[in-house]
Amino acid sequence: MSVENLSMAKALNQGLRQALLADPKVLLMGEDIGPLGGVFRVTEGLHAEFGDNRVLDTPLAESGIVGTAIGLAMRGYRPVCEIQFDGFIFPAFDQITTQLAKLTSRHHGSLTMPVVIRVPYGGHIGAVEHHQESPEAYFAHTPGLRVVSPSNPHDAYWMIQEAIQSNDPVIFFEPKSRYWPKGDVDTSASGFPLHSTRVVRPGTEVTLVGYGPMVSMLLQAAEIAESEGTSVEVIDLRSISPIDYDPIVASVQKTGRLVVAQEAPGFVSVGSEIAATVTERAFYSLEAPVLRVAGFDTPFPPAKLETAYLPDADRILEAVDRAMAY
Amino acid sequence: MSYTAATVQLLDIEGKLVTSDATAEYLPYIEKLSDDQLREFHRQMVVIRRFDIDAANLQRQGQLAMWIPSLGQEAAQVGSGLAARPQDHIFPSYREHVIARIRGVDPMRIIEMLRGLSHGGWDPKEHNNFHLYTLVLGSQTLHAAGYAMGIQLDGATATGNPETDEAVIVYFGDGSSSQGDVNEALVFAASYQAPLVFFLQNNHWAISVPVTRQSRTPLYLRPGGFGIPGIQIDGNDVLASYAVTTANLDRARSGGGPQFIEALTYRMGAHTTSDDPTKYRDNEELDFWTKADAITRYEKFLRSRGAGDDFFAEIEAEAADLTADIRRRTIALGVPEPSQMFEYVYSEPHALMDAQREWLANYEASFEGGEA
Repeated sequence: MSVENLSMAKALNQGLRQALLADPKVLLMGEDIGPLGGVFRVTEGLHAEFGDNRVLDTPLAESGIVGTAIGLAMRGYRPVCEIQFDGFIFPAFDQITTQLAKLTSRHHGSLTMPVVIRVPYGGHIGAVEHHQESPEAYFAHTPGLRVVSPSNPHDAYWMIQEAIQSNDPVIFFEPKSRYWPKGDVDTSASGFPLHSTRVVRPGTEVTLVGYGPMVSMLLQAAEIAESEGTSVEVIDLRSISPIDYDPIVASVQKTGRLVVAQEAPGFVSVGSEIAATVTERAFYSLEAPVLRVAGFDTPFPPAKLETAYLPDADRILEAVDRAMAY
Repeated sequence: MSYTAATVQLLDIEGKLVTSDATAEYLPYIEKLSDDQLREFHRQMVVIRRFDIDAANLQRQGQLAMWIPSLGQEAAQVGSGLAARPQDHIFPSYREHVIARIRGVDPMRIIEMLRGLSHGGWDPKEHNNFHLYTLVLGSQTLHAAGYAMGIQLDGATATGNPETDEAVIVYFGDGSSSQGDVNEALVFAASYQAPLVFFLQNNHWAISVPVTRQSRTPLYLRPGGFGIPGIQIDGNDVLASYAVTTANLDRARSGGGPQFIEALTYRMGAHTTSDDPTKYRDNEELDFWTKADAITRYEKFLRSRGAGDDFFAEIEAEAADLTADIRRRTIALGVPEPSQMFEYVYSEPHALMDAQREWLANYEASFEGGEA
């Protein structure tokens, strides 16, 4: 076992480096990812180590990045695209949803599309418009894509490598608010497959499910609830599409209560989907309706209002209290 | 728009070779061709036109959901399609039926798409690098640019050996030229100096909207702003299409970076069988392009070089045979198993696909022997 204490940004950097070392067909492409190392420095040092032909600073055109990545994948490459910020993925939305997601199907399986699209996402960084959003539901809604989001440095280190090894396109959402806190990364073994949920904290009375930036909030809320006498189980989804439901259903069968949390707006969202499926699969175990804690169904507000918009431990606890009151 | 002073034409509408300073660079490509090769252009144009007309009939007879005619654009397609070398990659739009055929795609694959049986389905690797049709306009230009970047990263181009050096040709139209993706493809191809030939078939109409709404400048001038040389050709002249595309592909494969050809042609029929061009265009324009027809002038050219009635009758017979064969096979087509929907959405196992495939099978089995 080899453990390093790394930030998620550094863990991703090291994961990308391992992928570049392991397979000469892996390419990184995006805006400012070369000598600058990306606006979040996730690719820092990689251009210097691997050169122009492995780490491509692209023209400033997101559809162009994804569209040419598709062509490179047709040629046998495994492109890893960086979209600079969540709100800038939409110029590439057409290439992702009408091309990337469908090409394997359109080729009746004779073509695979091993393209990873890395997207820094979510709020809590006090940034301007289009820099704090959570667009994951659009992609989870699109057949043909896989969608994942790590919540901690160890998972990030391994999930990025597993995503790059996948022969299907993977939209890889990186929680910006979790880029800098450090955590232990075991670089000798991952210990989990890409599409697997993880019980982060065991408990008996309420199940909390979230992913990416919400997991640390859920853990905070669980600790407070514990101190107030409520035992809470916390599950990190890790994979948004497909969702590994069995551990969630097993947990709800034990606790009888489920609260799902996300930064994204709640209407037609990942949380809504989980609520529906768990209701179908664990109806007789439920003591309370499944509750959602989410961003409001408004545009992401100006930064000085983001704490009012984003779910925090208190809003999660309010939902825990409501679930317990049934 | 019609021909301009800049339009490269090797064969005029009377079927005579044009000898001028402007054609001097390209005529040697034609002089190298044997009579058999010259006749092959005609064979491909005539056979595909017959097929195309009958496919439209199949739609009218209820056998196809839609047809996308290529009528009138045969020369642009046949010339450029035969200019591509075996190692080249071709990214079509959705009207390049004859290039598909030249590269070994059974026309039934296209029939199946338009009968509602598939969304594509041939493997480009097994069909001489002819990629799938793309219905979202212009998207394929970025795939072609990326593919050409990959060729370059592989060192499979510009080695000095034209027999193996690879290049890419991508087809799109005057309507697509307004798309952001086409403009981004021009940027990427120019930035990385990718071995890519942009082949724009200006057929003058994007469904009902004339090319003047797409561009106020001749389209072959547009790539100049991207640092890519552009040339305009008579797209109804199969020899110009062949010679200029050969020259451009060779420039691209020898390290010359991206190239751009605007082929002036005309969509003689409707956009698709759902369209009615009499609502938006006049006969005068149609008359001009009827006189400029590719096949008529090329037949005159071949006759002047000694091709006789036997040759033309033989081609007619081949066209009739293909058409009859396609018709017979179209009518005999079955419907795929519904479970096929789930097969290729992902290339690796996926829990939701497994669950839904199983659900549908059980649901359908529940009716067997029942009253449904």
